[in-house]
Amino acid sequence: MISINAAVIDLKRLDLLANSNSLIHSLDARAKVIVTFIFIVSVVSFGKYECARLLPFLIFPVVTILLANLPPLYFVRKIVLLCPFILMVGLFNPVFDRTVLYHIGQIGISGGWVSLASLLIRSILTIGAAFLLVGTTGFTATCQTLERVGIPQFFVVQLLFLHRYLFVLADETSRTSRARELRSCGKKGLGISSFGSLVGHLLLRTWLRAERIHTAMLARGFTGQIHALRQSHFGMYELCFVLGWSLIFISLRMLDIPDALRTLAAGFAQ
Amino acid sequence: MSHHIIEVTKLQHVYPDGTIAIKDVSFRITHGESVAIIGANGAGKSTLLQHLNGSLNATSGQIRIGDTQLTQGTLPNIRRTVGMVFQYPDDQLFMPTVFEDVAFGPLNLGLSGSEIERCVTEALERVGAEHLRAKPPYHLSGGEKKRVAIATVLAMSPDILVMDEPTSGLDPFARRQLISLLRDFKHTKIFTSHDLDMVLDLCQRTIILHEGTVMADGPTSDIFRNETLLSACRLEKPFSMQGCPVCGRT
Ligand SMILES: Nc1ncnc2c1ncn2[C@@H]1O[C@H](COP(=O)(O)OP(=O)(O)OP(=O)(O)O)[C@@H](O)[C@H]1O
Ligand SMILES: [Mg+2]
Repeated sequence: MISINAAVIDLKRLDLLANSNSLIHSLDARAKVIVTFIFIVSVVSFGKYECARLLPFLIFPVVTILLANLPPLYFVRKIVLLCPFILMVGLFNPVFDRTVLYHIGQIGISGGWVSLASLLIRSILTIGAAFLLVGTTGFTATCQTLERVGIPQFFVVQLLFLHRYLFVLADETSRTSRARELRSCGKKGLGISSFGSLVGHLLLRTWLRAERIHTAMLARGFTGQIHALRQSHFGMYELCFVLGWSLIFISLRMLDIPDALRTLAAGFAQ
Repeated sequence: MSHHIIEVTKLQHVYPDGTIAIKDVSFRITHGESVAIIGANGAGKSTLLQHLNGSLNATSGQIRIGDTQLTQGTLPNIRRTVGMVFQYPDDQLFMPTVFEDVAFGPLNLGLSGSEIERCVTEALERVGAEHLRAKPPYHLSGGEKKRVAIATVLAMSPDILVMDEPTSGLDPFARRQLISLLRDFKHTKIFTSHDLDMVLDLCQRTIILHEGTVMADGPTSDIFRNETLLSACRLEKPFSMQGCPVCGRT
């Protein structure tokens, strides 16, 4: 349970990172949302067996981390934690898809393994990009921008609340389980029976507390309108940022860079 | 200025589980008054206060703030007039940093840029929490949270200040600071407290709530001299009115 708490504190750190100052942080949030969107669409639109051509897309997260002065290890750790879940999604690909696509020496690599690898790379890229967006913009500002670019307000406010409820749930979980640990005298509590009532209790408490927080938001004039602190406008910088990255993503999507390199290398070799 | 008047008529509140927390409460608080609502644990103080800005809906009875009746339609305006500090600061702080949290209300009021900066800084200074501005609220101590929660409300410059146990959990210095801050706040203010010395210090008028009904409503000094009334409501005289524990003199 301590670990759940640690993981969430870690997530909260993402929001705090958004308060630092850098080239990327000071960009208008709309520019970052648009670039992230184009990035995700380019990555996702590749065929299901594509691997090599996805790798050059790593340039976007790497450059962003460098320019925004973010701690790279933090993001790597977050993504590694998510890998088991992605693997679970693609677990059965190798079982069902047994057509051999490549040979490495004597061993045939089936389509299932290739598509699993592709899924993994794609998830890492898209989830990483989303993390970086929040880490350089902040969750509130990201939601506000989503609303400004045309996502319905209802939906965006739900997203905002979901994010907040996650923290509330984790907070209540850590408190309740600490209370249980302290009173179970080193034994495993009362086993499954106390665990059942604990979970029920927990959900109720989370719900009530979330309601009280919502009341506090209403008391301070919240009407569904999301306001962000950082004031910025879409200027020349933003335009260059959007055009530059879009150009890179689209060319990476259209041109086969690894293949071109291979041809080039072959040309040199001759 | 009639908009700082609070009028509660025959208020009743029954919680969904059947608990009758407020039975029949009526009072009228006029402009510039400073009123304490005291009573034992579970007397219904928090429940009563939460009606004043529509956080809870009355089962029956009416509330008027200034010239407006409290209804769903007038709620946004009333919430701008009535600033509310809840009993538990954990429920009140929800943004990633203290600064953003204090800025939340003013942003909703339509302020922006340097106005926000100025009004947040001022509110944090008034509660002595300037140094905490970059910290996340969940890393604060209990008393620090309380102070920030008070700042979030001050930043909205409300016309009426409603506070549920503002001094609970504060250290003596912060308590003093808050008392002088409240003394400087010239508008209408209402708060509940178990800190009867503060009540004696700040409020000319006191309302005693007992099991959901008003047991007494009058000048603070009169009420604290009535020992039978106090003990019937599970209360005691403030320490400053009790005899000296060493020599017995008052
Ligand atoms: N959500 C709820 N559902 C049911 N009963 C409630 C609820 N909240 C409070 N009560 C009950 O209503 C009564 C009044 O509670 P309230 O919180 O107003 O007391 P209080 O005067 O603020 O006490 P304290 O001094 O301890 O803060 C109590 O008996 C309490 O058990
Ligand atoms: Mg209370």
